[in-house]
Amino acid sequence: MSQKVLLNSKEINIILRRLACQLVENHPNFKNTVIIGIQPRGVFLANRIIQLLEEEYSINNVEYGQLDITFYRDDFRRSDKLLEANKTKIDFIVEDKQVIFVDDVLYTGRSIRAALTAIQSFGRPNVIELLTLIDRRFSRHLPIQPDYNGRQVDAINDEQVKVHWKEVQGEDAVYLLPTSETKQQKTDSK
Amino acid sequence: MSELSVNHLLGIKYLKKEDIDLIFKTADHFKEVINRPIKKVPSLRDITIANLFFENSTRTRLSFELAEKRLSADVINFSAASSSVKKGETLIDTVNNILAMKVDMVVMRHPNPGAGIFLSKHVDASIINAGDGTHEHPTQALLDSYSIREKLGEVANKKILIVGDIMHSRVALSNIFALKLQGAEVKVCGPKTLIPKYIESLGVSVETNLRKALEWCDVANMLRVQNERMEMSYFPTTREYTQQFGLNKEILDSLNKEIIVMHPGPINRGVEITSDVADSKQAIILEQVQNGVAVRMAVIYLLASKINR
Repeated sequence: MSQKVLLNSKEINIILRRLACQLVENHPNFKNTVIIGIQPRGVFLANRIIQLLEEEYSINNVEYGQLDITFYRDDFRRSDKLLEANKTKIDFIVEDKQVIFVDDVLYTGRSIRAALTAIQSFGRPNVIELLTLIDRRFSRHLPIQPDYNGRQVDAINDEQVKVHWKEVQGEDAVYLLPTSETKQQKTDSK
Repeated sequence: MSELSVNHLLGIKYLKKEDIDLIFKTADHFKEVINRPIKKVPSLRDITIANLFFENSTRTRLSFELAEKRLSADVINFSAASSSVKKGETLIDTVNNILAMKVDMVVMRHPNPGAGIFLSKHVDASIINAGDGTHEHPTQALLDSYSIREKLGEVANKKILIVGDIMHSRVALSNIFALKLQGAEVKVCGPKTLIPKYIESLGVSVETNLRKALEWCDVANMLRVQNERMEMSYFPTTREYTQQFGLNKEILDSLNKEIIVMHPGPINRGVEITSDVADSKQAIILEQVQNGVAVRMAVIYLLASKINR
Protein backbone atom coordinates (compact mmCIF):
# COMPACT_ATOMS: atom_id res chain seq x y z
CA MET A 1 0.00 0.00 0.00
CA SER A 2 1.33 3.36 -0.98
CA GLN A 3 0.01 5.18 2.03
CA LYS A 4 2.14 7.66 3.88
CA VAL A 5 2.35 7.71 7.66
CA LEU A 6 1.61 11.21 8.88
CA LEU A 7 1.75 10.41 12.58
CA ASN A 8 2.84 7.27 14.39
CA SER A 9 1.68 6.08 17.76
CA LYS A 10 4.43 7.88 19.69
CA GLU A 11 3.73 11.18 17.96
CA ILE A 12 -0.01 10.83 18.56
CA ASN A 13 0.66 10.17 22.24
CA ILE A 14 2.74 13.36 22.53
CA ILE A 15 0.12 15.40 20.69
CA LEU A 16 -2.75 14.09 22.83
CA ARG A 17 -0.85 15.04 25.99
CA ARG A 18 -0.19 18.51 24.63
CA LEU A 19 -3.87 18.95 23.70
CA ALA A 20 -4.99 17.85 27.17
CA CYS A 21 -2.48 20.24 28.69
CA GLN A 22 -3.73 23.14 26.55
CA LEU A 23 -7.31 22.37 27.58
CA VAL A 24 -6.41 22.45 31.26
CA GLU A 25 -4.60 25.75 30.73
CA ASN A 26 -7.82 27.38 29.53
CA HIS A 27 -10.25 25.39 31.69
CA PRO A 28 -8.44 24.90 35.01
CA ASN A 29 -11.13 22.89 36.81
CA PHE A 30 -13.69 22.00 34.08
CA LYS A 31 -16.45 23.15 36.45
CA ASN A 32 -18.46 24.83 33.73
CA THR A 33 -16.90 23.10 30.74
CA VAL A 34 -18.34 20.22 28.76
CA ILE A 35 -16.70 18.06 26.11
CA ILE A 36 -18.74 17.06 23.06
CA GLY A 37 -17.39 14.35 20.78
CA ILE A 38 -18.67 14.67 17.22
CA GLN A 39 -20.08 11.35 15.95
CA PRO A 40 -18.86 9.06 14.65
CA ARG A 41 -15.09 9.53 14.71
CA GLY A 42 -14.61 12.42 17.09
CA VAL A 43 -15.82 10.19 19.91
CA PHE A 44 -12.61 8.12 19.97
CA LEU A 45 -10.49 11.25 20.29
CA ALA A 46 -12.79 12.67 22.97
CA ASN A 47 -12.54 9.43 25.00
CA ARG A 48 -8.74 9.65 24.90
CA ILE A 49 -8.68 13.28 25.96
CA ILE A 50 -11.00 12.56 28.87
CA GLN A 51 -8.85 9.60 29.91
CA LEU A 52 -5.76 11.85 29.91
CA LEU A 53 -7.53 14.55 31.93
CA GLU A 54 -8.28 11.93 34.57
CA GLU A 55 -4.87 10.29 34.59
CA GLU A 56 -2.62 13.34 34.27
CA TYR A 57 -4.59 16.07 35.97
CA SER A 58 -6.99 14.13 38.22
CA ILE A 59 -9.90 15.92 36.60
CA ASN A 60 -12.74 13.43 37.03
CA ASN A 61 -16.40 13.60 36.11
CA VAL A 62 -16.01 15.90 33.15
CA GLU A 63 -19.43 16.34 31.60
CA TYR A 64 -19.19 14.52 28.30
CA GLY A 65 -21.64 14.15 25.42
CA GLN A 66 -21.71 12.65 21.97
CA LEU A 67 -23.34 14.67 19.23
CA ASP A 68 -24.56 13.25 15.94
CA ILE A 69 -24.87 15.82 13.17
CA THR A 70 -26.55 13.71 10.47
CA PHE A 71 -29.91 15.49 10.56
CA TYR A 72 -28.20 18.89 10.44
CA ARG A 73 -25.98 18.24 7.42
CA ASP A 74 -26.35 20.42 4.35
CA ASP A 75 -26.06 17.56 1.85
CA PHE A 76 -29.31 15.68 2.57
CA ARG A 77 -30.65 14.43 -0.82
CA ARG A 78 -27.43 15.64 -2.48
CA SER A 79 -25.24 12.64 -1.82
CA ASP A 80 -25.78 9.26 -3.49
CA LYS A 81 -26.11 7.42 -0.24
CA LEU A 82 -28.59 7.68 2.56
CA LEU A 83 -27.09 9.65 5.43
CA GLU A 84 -27.13 7.20 8.29
CA ALA A 85 -27.32 8.57 11.78
CA ASN A 86 -25.34 7.69 14.89
CA LYS A 87 -26.32 8.00 18.49
CA THR A 88 -26.57 11.37 20.18
CA LYS A 89 -26.05 11.16 23.91
CA ILE A 90 -26.16 14.45 25.76
CA ASP A 91 -27.80 14.14 29.18
CA PHE A 92 -27.31 17.75 30.19
CA ILE A 93 -28.19 21.24 29.05
CA VAL A 94 -25.35 23.29 27.57
CA GLU A 95 -26.95 26.62 28.50
CA ASP A 96 -24.21 29.05 29.59
CA LYS A 97 -21.59 26.29 29.50
CA GLN A 98 -18.21 26.34 27.83
CA VAL A 99 -18.44 23.71 25.14
CA ILE A 100 -15.46 22.01 23.53
CA PHE A 101 -16.19 20.21 20.25
CA VAL A 102 -13.83 17.32 19.58
CA ASP A 103 -13.37 15.85 16.08
CA ASP A 104 -10.53 13.90 14.50
CA VAL A 105 -10.09 15.65 11.14
CA LEU A 106 -11.11 19.21 10.25
CA TYR A 107 -11.57 19.27 6.49
CA THR A 108 -14.22 21.43 4.76
CA GLY A 109 -15.66 22.69 8.04
CA ARG A 110 -19.16 21.60 7.07
CA SER A 111 -19.44 19.02 9.85
CA ILE A 112 -18.58 21.64 12.41
CA ARG A 113 -21.08 24.03 10.82
CA ALA A 114 -23.72 21.31 11.29
CA ALA A 115 -22.55 20.68 14.86
CA LEU A 116 -22.88 24.39 15.67
CA THR A 117 -26.54 24.21 14.61
CA ALA A 118 -27.15 20.87 16.29
CA ILE A 119 -25.84 21.94 19.69
CA GLN A 120 -28.42 24.73 19.82
CA SER A 121 -31.04 22.08 20.50
CA PHE A 122 -29.44 21.61 23.90
CA GLY A 123 -29.34 25.26 24.95
CA ARG A 124 -27.26 28.37 24.31
CA PRO A 125 -23.62 27.78 25.21
CA ASN A 126 -21.49 30.58 26.54
CA VAL A 127 -18.50 29.69 24.39
CA ILE A 128 -17.84 26.95 21.84
CA GLU A 129 -14.28 25.87 21.10
CA LEU A 130 -12.97 23.31 18.65
CA LEU A 131 -10.30 20.68 19.24
CA THR A 132 -9.03 18.58 16.31
CA LEU A 133 -6.23 16.11 15.81
CA ILE A 134 -5.64 16.94 12.14
CA ASP A 135 -6.31 20.26 10.44
CA ARG A 136 -6.38 20.10 6.62
CA ARG A 137 -5.92 23.84 6.47
CA PHE A 138 -6.12 24.41 2.70
CA SER A 139 -9.38 22.54 2.18
CA ARG A 140 -11.83 24.73 4.04
CA HIS A 141 -15.21 25.70 2.54
CA LEU A 142 -16.31 27.75 5.53
CA PRO A 143 -14.61 30.22 7.90
CA ILE A 144 -14.02 27.72 10.72
CA GLN A 145 -10.68 27.21 12.51
CA PRO A 146 -9.66 24.97 15.42
CA ASP A 147 -8.75 26.42 18.83
CA TYR A 148 -6.66 23.40 19.77
CA ASN A 149 -4.95 21.50 17.00
CA GLY A 150 -2.76 18.42 16.79
CA ARG A 151 -1.10 18.72 13.42
CA GLN A 152 -1.67 20.79 10.30
CA VAL A 153 -1.66 18.79 7.09
CA ASP A 154 -1.38 20.24 3.62
CA ALA A 155 -3.14 17.41 1.79
CA ILE A 156 -4.62 18.08 -1.62
CA ASN A 157 -8.34 17.64 -2.02
CA ASP A 158 -8.47 14.15 -3.51
CA GLU A 159 -6.20 12.70 -0.89
CA GLN A 160 -7.68 11.17 2.21
CA VAL A 161 -6.52 11.46 5.78
CA LYS A 162 -7.30 8.38 7.83
CA VAL A 163 -7.04 8.23 11.59
CA HIS A 164 -6.59 4.81 13.19
CA TRP A 165 -7.28 4.23 16.88
CA LYS A 166 -5.99 1.41 19.06
CA GLU A 167 -9.56 0.68 20.20
CA VAL A 168 -10.80 0.17 16.65
CA GLN A 169 -8.02 -0.69 14.21
CA GLY A 170 -5.52 -1.94 16.80
CA GLU A 171 -2.99 0.87 16.37
CA ASP A 172 -2.71 4.61 16.83
CA ALA A 173 -1.68 6.16 13.53
CA VAL A 174 -2.62 8.77 10.95
CA TYR A 175 -2.23 7.91 7.27
CA LEU A 176 -2.37 9.93 4.09
CA LEU A 177 -3.93 7.95 1.24
CA PRO A 178 -3.30 8.98 -2.37
CA THR A 179 -6.13 9.71 -4.81
CA SER A 180 -6.51 6.29 -6.43
CA GLU A 181 -7.04 4.48 -3.16
CA THR A 182 -9.38 7.11 -1.86
CA LYS A 183 -11.90 6.16 -4.50
CA GLN A 184 -11.89 2.52 -3.44
CA GLN A 185 -12.26 3.39 0.21
CA LYS A 186 -14.92 6.00 -0.29
CA THR A 187 -17.00 4.46 2.46
CA ASP A 188 -14.59 5.87 5.04
CA SER A 189 -14.84 9.33 3.57
CA LYS A 190 -13.31 12.14 5.52
CA MET B 1 -29.09 -2.17 3.77
CA SER B 2 -28.75 1.55 3.79
CA GLU B 3 -31.91 2.68 2.08
CA LEU B 4 -35.54 1.65 1.71
CA SER B 5 -36.41 -0.76 -1.11
CA VAL B 6 -39.56 1.24 -1.89
CA ASN B 7 -40.31 4.81 -3.01
CA HIS B 8 -43.73 4.91 -1.35
CA LEU B 9 -45.12 3.47 1.86
CA LEU B 10 -48.35 1.96 0.56
CA GLY B 11 -48.56 -1.05 2.84
CA ILE B 12 -46.46 -3.38 4.94
CA LYS B 13 -47.04 -6.04 2.27
CA TYR B 14 -44.58 -4.25 -0.02
CA LEU B 15 -41.79 -3.99 2.56
CA LYS B 16 -38.89 -6.30 3.31
CA LYS B 17 -37.68 -7.23 6.77
CA GLU B 18 -34.60 -5.04 6.17
CA ASP B 19 -36.83 -2.03 5.47
CA ILE B 20 -38.50 -2.44 8.86
CA ASP B 21 -35.12 -2.79 10.58
CA LEU B 22 -33.89 0.39 8.89
CA ILE B 23 -37.05 2.30 9.84
CA PHE B 24 -36.71 1.20 13.50
CA LYS B 25 -33.01 2.05 13.64
CA THR B 26 -33.75 5.50 12.25
CA ALA B 27 -36.73 5.91 14.60
CA ASP B 28 -34.41 5.28 17.58
CA HIS B 29 -32.49 8.42 16.65
CA PHE B 30 -35.65 10.46 16.19
CA LYS B 31 -37.00 9.26 19.52
CA GLU B 32 -33.93 10.83 21.09
CA VAL B 33 -34.52 14.02 19.08
CA ILE B 34 -38.14 14.40 20.22
CA ASN B 35 -37.07 14.13 23.85
CA ARG B 36 -34.62 17.04 23.54
CA PRO B 37 -35.33 20.50 24.90
CA ILE B 38 -35.60 21.66 21.27
CA LYS B 39 -37.31 18.86 19.40
CA LYS B 40 -36.56 19.80 15.84
CA VAL B 41 -33.99 19.00 13.16
CA PRO B 42 -33.53 20.87 9.87
CA SER B 43 -33.21 17.85 7.52
CA LEU B 44 -36.32 18.42 5.39
CA ARG B 45 -36.11 22.21 5.01
CA ASP B 46 -36.62 21.97 1.25
CA ILE B 47 -39.44 19.40 1.26
CA THR B 48 -43.15 20.19 1.14
CA ILE B 49 -45.65 17.61 2.32
CA ALA B 50 -49.41 17.56 1.76
CA ASN B 51 -51.59 15.76 4.28
CA LEU B 52 -54.71 14.68 2.43
CA PHE B 53 -57.37 13.32 4.71
CA PHE B 54 -60.44 12.11 2.87
CA GLU B 55 -61.59 10.41 6.06
CA ASN B 56 -61.70 11.67 9.64
CA SER B 57 -58.65 11.32 11.81
CA THR B 58 -57.27 13.11 14.83
CA ARG B 59 -54.37 11.11 16.16
CA THR B 60 -52.84 10.02 12.87
CA ARG B 61 -53.14 13.45 11.28
CA LEU B 62 -51.65 15.22 14.30
CA SER B 63 -48.90 12.63 14.55
CA PHE B 64 -47.96 12.99 10.88
CA GLU B 65 -48.12 16.77 11.04
CA LEU B 66 -45.94 16.85 14.12
CA ALA B 67 -43.44 14.42 12.56
CA GLU B 68 -43.25 16.59 9.44
CA LYS B 69 -42.77 19.78 11.46
CA ARG B 70 -40.14 18.20 13.68
CA LEU B 71 -38.20 17.48 10.48
CA SER B 72 -38.67 21.11 9.35
CA ALA B 73 -40.75 20.21 6.28
CA ASP B 74 -43.36 22.65 5.00
CA VAL B 75 -46.82 21.23 5.59
CA ILE B 76 -50.19 21.80 3.97
CA ASN B 77 -53.35 20.19 5.26
CA PHE B 78 -56.41 19.19 3.37
CA SER B 79 -59.55 17.57 4.58
CA ALA B 80 -62.26 16.34 2.27
CA ALA B 81 -65.04 17.87 4.32
CA SER B 82 -64.05 21.41 3.29
CA SER B 83 -62.84 20.85 -0.28
CA SER B 84 -63.73 20.61 -3.95
CA VAL B 85 -64.19 16.87 -3.53
CA LYS B 86 -67.70 17.84 -2.50
CA LYS B 87 -68.04 19.55 -5.92
CA GLY B 88 -67.23 16.33 -7.76
CA GLU B 89 -63.51 16.58 -8.42
CA THR B 90 -61.74 13.24 -9.01
CA LEU B 91 -58.94 12.00 -6.74
CA ILE B 92 -56.25 12.33 -9.41
CA ASP B 93 -57.37 15.87 -10.28
CA THR B 94 -57.40 16.89 -6.64
CA VAL B 95 -53.93 15.51 -6.05
CA ASN B 96 -52.46 16.86 -9.30
CA ASN B 97 -53.76 20.31 -8.44
CA ILE B 98 -52.01 20.10 -5.11
CA LEU B 99 -48.82 18.77 -6.69
CA ALA B 100 -48.85 21.65 -9.20
CA MET B 101 -48.08 23.82 -6.20
CA LYS B 102 -44.74 21.95 -5.93
CA VAL B 103 -45.44 19.38 -3.28
CA ASP B 104 -42.90 16.55 -2.88
CA MET B 105 -44.74 14.07 -0.72
CA VAL B 106 -48.35 13.12 -0.04
CA VAL B 107 -49.67 11.56 3.15
CA MET B 108 -53.13 10.25 2.38
CA ARG B 109 -55.99 8.69 4.26
CA HIS B 110 -58.86 7.53 2.09
CA PRO B 111 -61.98 5.42 2.69
CA ASN B 112 -61.32 3.24 -0.40
CA PRO B 113 -58.92 0.30 -0.15
CA GLY B 114 -56.07 0.70 -2.63
CA ALA B 115 -56.45 4.47 -3.03
CA GLY B 116 -52.77 5.03 -2.25
CA ILE B 117 -51.61 2.36 -4.69
CA PHE B 118 -53.81 3.84 -7.41
CA LEU B 119 -52.45 7.31 -6.76
CA SER B 120 -48.82 6.17 -6.76
CA LYS B 121 -49.28 4.91 -10.33
CA HIS B 122 -50.70 8.18 -11.61
CA VAL B 123 -48.96 11.04 -9.88
CA ASP B 124 -45.36 12.04 -9.45
CA ALA B 125 -44.85 12.26 -5.70
CA SER B 126 -43.87 10.01 -2.85
CA ILE B 127 -47.04 8.59 -1.26
CA ILE B 128 -47.49 7.52 2.34
CA ASN B 129 -50.64 5.57 3.09
CA ALA B 130 -52.16 6.81 6.35
CA GLY B 131 -54.99 4.29 6.13
CA ASP B 132 -56.92 3.18 3.06
CA GLY B 133 -60.34 1.86 3.99
CA THR B 134 -60.23 -1.65 5.39
CA HIS B 135 -56.91 -2.40 3.64
CA GLU B 136 -53.73 -1.19 5.36
CA HIS B 137 -52.48 1.33 7.89
CA PRO B 138 -48.73 0.74 7.64
CA THR B 139 -47.42 3.41 10.00
CA GLN B 140 -49.73 2.18 12.78
CA ALA B 141 -48.38 -1.36 12.38
CA LEU B 142 -44.82 -0.05 12.38
CA LEU B 143 -45.32 1.94 15.56
CA ASP B 144 -47.04 -1.05 17.19
CA SER B 145 -44.08 -3.31 16.38
CA TYR B 146 -41.67 -0.59 17.42
CA SER B 147 -43.43 -0.34 20.79
CA ILE B 148 -43.29 -4.12 21.25
CA ARG B 149 -39.59 -4.12 20.34
CA GLU B 150 -38.98 -1.31 22.83
CA LYS B 151 -40.81 -3.15 25.59
CA LEU B 152 -39.68 -6.74 24.95
CA GLY B 153 -36.36 -6.23 23.17
CA GLU B 154 -37.43 -7.86 19.95
CA VAL B 155 -40.52 -8.87 18.01
CA ALA B 156 -39.26 -12.20 16.69
CA ASN B 157 -40.78 -15.26 18.41
CA LYS B 158 -43.07 -13.14 20.57
CA LYS B 159 -46.72 -14.16 20.86
CA ILE B 160 -48.99 -11.37 19.75
CA LEU B 161 -52.76 -11.47 20.10
CA ILE B 162 -55.03 -9.17 18.12
CA VAL B 163 -58.54 -8.91 19.55
CA GLY B 164 -61.68 -7.50 17.99
CA ASP B 165 -62.98 -6.59 14.58
CA ILE B 166 -60.36 -8.26 12.39
CA MET B 167 -62.52 -8.09 9.28
CA HIS B 168 -62.83 -4.30 9.01
CA SER B 169 -59.52 -3.42 10.59
CA ARG B 170 -56.67 -2.10 8.48
CA VAL B 171 -54.66 -1.97 11.70
CA ALA B 172 -55.09 -5.73 12.08
CA LEU B 173 -54.06 -6.52 8.51
CA SER B 174 -50.98 -4.29 8.55
CA ASN B 175 -50.05 -5.64 11.97
CA ILE B 176 -50.35 -9.24 10.79
CA PHE B 177 -48.06 -8.52 7.80
CA ALA B 178 -45.55 -6.65 9.95
CA LEU B 179 -45.47 -9.15 12.80
CA LYS B 180 -45.18 -12.19 10.52
CA LEU B 181 -42.38 -10.49 8.56
CA GLN B 182 -40.48 -10.03 11.80
CA GLY B 183 -40.98 -13.62 12.87
CA ALA B 184 -43.63 -13.21 15.57
CA GLU B 185 -46.46 -15.64 16.25
CA VAL B 186 -49.85 -14.08 15.69
CA LYS B 187 -53.28 -15.11 16.93
CA VAL B 188 -56.54 -13.30 16.33
CA CYS B 189 -59.56 -13.37 18.60
CA GLY B 190 -63.06 -12.00 18.12
CA PRO B 191 -66.63 -12.90 17.19
CA LYS B 192 -66.66 -15.42 14.33
CA THR B 193 -68.64 -12.96 12.25
CA LEU B 194 -65.77 -10.47 12.41
CA ILE B 195 -62.96 -12.87 11.53
CA PRO B 196 -62.39 -13.27 7.79
CA LYS B 197 -62.88 -16.81 6.49
CA TYR B 198 -59.41 -17.19 4.98
CA ILE B 199 -57.45 -15.45 7.73
CA GLU B 200 -55.43 -18.61 8.41
CA SER B 201 -53.87 -18.31 4.95
CA LEU B 202 -51.92 -15.36 6.35
CA GLY B 203 -50.26 -17.70 8.83
CA VAL B 204 -52.24 -16.65 11.90
CA SER B 205 -54.29 -18.83 14.21
CA VAL B 206 -57.79 -18.14 15.44
CA GLU B 207 -59.18 -18.39 18.97
CA THR B 208 -62.70 -17.43 19.94
CA ASN B 209 -62.22 -17.73 23.70
CA LEU B 210 -60.63 -14.55 25.00
CA ARG B 211 -59.32 -16.06 28.23
CA LYS B 212 -57.54 -18.90 26.42
CA ALA B 213 -56.08 -16.45 23.94
CA LEU B 214 -54.84 -14.16 26.72
CA GLU B 215 -53.22 -17.09 28.54
CA TRP B 216 -51.22 -17.74 25.37
CA CYS B 217 -49.99 -14.27 24.48
CA ASP B 218 -47.17 -11.89 25.48
CA VAL B 219 -48.93 -8.87 24.04
CA ALA B 220 -52.63 -8.19 23.49
CA ASN B 221 -53.56 -5.56 20.93
CA MET B 222 -57.17 -4.58 21.59
CA LEU B 223 -58.82 -3.13 18.50
CA ARG B 224 -61.61 -0.63 18.51
CA VAL B 225 -65.10 -1.77 17.58
CA GLN B 226 -65.63 0.15 14.35
CA ASN B 227 -69.32 0.83 14.31
CA GLU B 228 -68.95 3.16 11.33
CA ARG B 229 -67.72 0.36 9.07
CA MET B 230 -70.42 -2.14 9.99
CA GLU B 231 -73.30 -1.86 7.58
CA MET B 232 -75.06 -4.74 9.33
CA SER B 233 -75.05 -6.34 12.75
CA TYR B 234 -72.11 -8.64 13.37
CA PHE B 235 -72.87 -9.20 17.04
CA PRO B 236 -76.13 -8.92 18.99
CA THR B 237 -75.32 -6.01 21.31
CA THR B 238 -72.29 -4.00 22.41
CA ARG B 239 -72.87 -5.32 25.91
CA GLU B 240 -72.60 -8.89 24.76
CA TYR B 241 -69.42 -8.05 22.84
CA THR B 242 -67.93 -6.53 25.98
CA GLN B 243 -68.83 -9.56 28.07
CA GLN B 244 -67.14 -11.94 25.65
CA PHE B 245 -64.27 -9.94 24.16
CA GLY B 246 -63.79 -6.93 26.43
CA LEU B 247 -60.59 -6.80 28.48
CA ASN B 248 -61.10 -5.96 32.16
CA LYS B 249 -58.86 -5.86 35.20
CA GLU B 250 -60.33 -9.05 36.59
CA ILE B 251 -59.23 -11.21 33.64
CA LEU B 252 -55.92 -9.39 33.37
CA ASP B 253 -55.05 -9.99 37.04
CA SER B 254 -56.13 -13.63 36.91
CA LEU B 255 -53.55 -14.49 34.22
CA ASN B 256 -50.42 -16.27 35.39
CA LYS B 257 -48.15 -13.73 33.69
CA GLU B 258 -48.06 -9.99 33.11
CA ILE B 259 -48.96 -9.26 29.51
CA ILE B 260 -48.62 -5.98 27.64
CA VAL B 261 -51.83 -4.28 26.56
CA MET B 262 -51.96 -2.17 23.42
CA HIS B 263 -54.68 -0.18 21.71
CA PRO B 264 -54.42 1.83 18.49
CA GLY B 265 -56.99 4.37 19.70
CA PRO B 266 -59.43 5.95 19.86
CA ILE B 267 -60.57 3.89 22.85
CA ASN B 268 -64.19 3.06 23.45
CA ARG B 269 -63.77 2.96 27.21
CA GLY B 270 -65.88 0.21 28.69
CA VAL B 271 -66.40 -1.58 25.35
CA GLU B 272 -63.22 -3.35 24.15
CA ILE B 273 -61.21 -2.30 27.19
CA THR B 274 -62.17 -0.97 30.61
CA SER B 275 -60.81 2.27 32.01
CA ASP B 276 -58.78 0.64 34.77
CA VAL B 277 -56.99 -1.55 32.19
CA ALA B 278 -56.42 1.35 29.78
CA ASP B 279 -54.88 3.40 32.59
CA SER B 280 -52.91 0.55 34.16
CA LYS B 281 -49.15 0.26 33.89
CA GLN B 282 -49.45 -2.80 31.69
CA ALA B 283 -51.03 -0.62 29.00
CA ILE B 284 -48.57 1.11 26.68
CA ILE B 285 -51.20 3.08 24.78
CA LEU B 286 -49.57 6.47 25.34
CA GLU B 287 -46.09 5.09 24.56
CA GLN B 288 -47.55 3.94 21.25
CA VAL B 289 -48.63 7.51 20.54
CA GLN B 290 -45.21 8.90 21.39
CA ASN B 291 -43.46 6.26 19.30
CA GLY B 292 -45.83 7.10 16.46
CA VAL B 293 -44.18 10.47 15.96
CA ALA B 294 -40.66 8.97 15.95
CA VAL B 295 -41.61 6.16 13.57
CA ARG B 296 -43.38 8.55 11.19
CA MET B 297 -40.35 10.86 11.25
CA ALA B 298 -38.20 7.89 10.26
CA VAL B 299 -40.53 6.88 7.40
CA ILE B 300 -40.73 10.44 6.06
CA TYR B 301 -36.97 10.98 6.40
CA LEU B 302 -36.12 7.74 4.61
CA LEU B 303 -38.60 8.31 1.78
CA ALA B 304 -37.61 11.97 1.40
CA SER B 305 -33.97 10.98 0.98
CA LYS B 306 -35.02 9.16 -2.21
CA ILE B 307 -36.81 12.11 -3.83
CA ASN B 308 -35.12 13.50 -6.99
CA ARG B 309 -31.71 12.17 -6.26
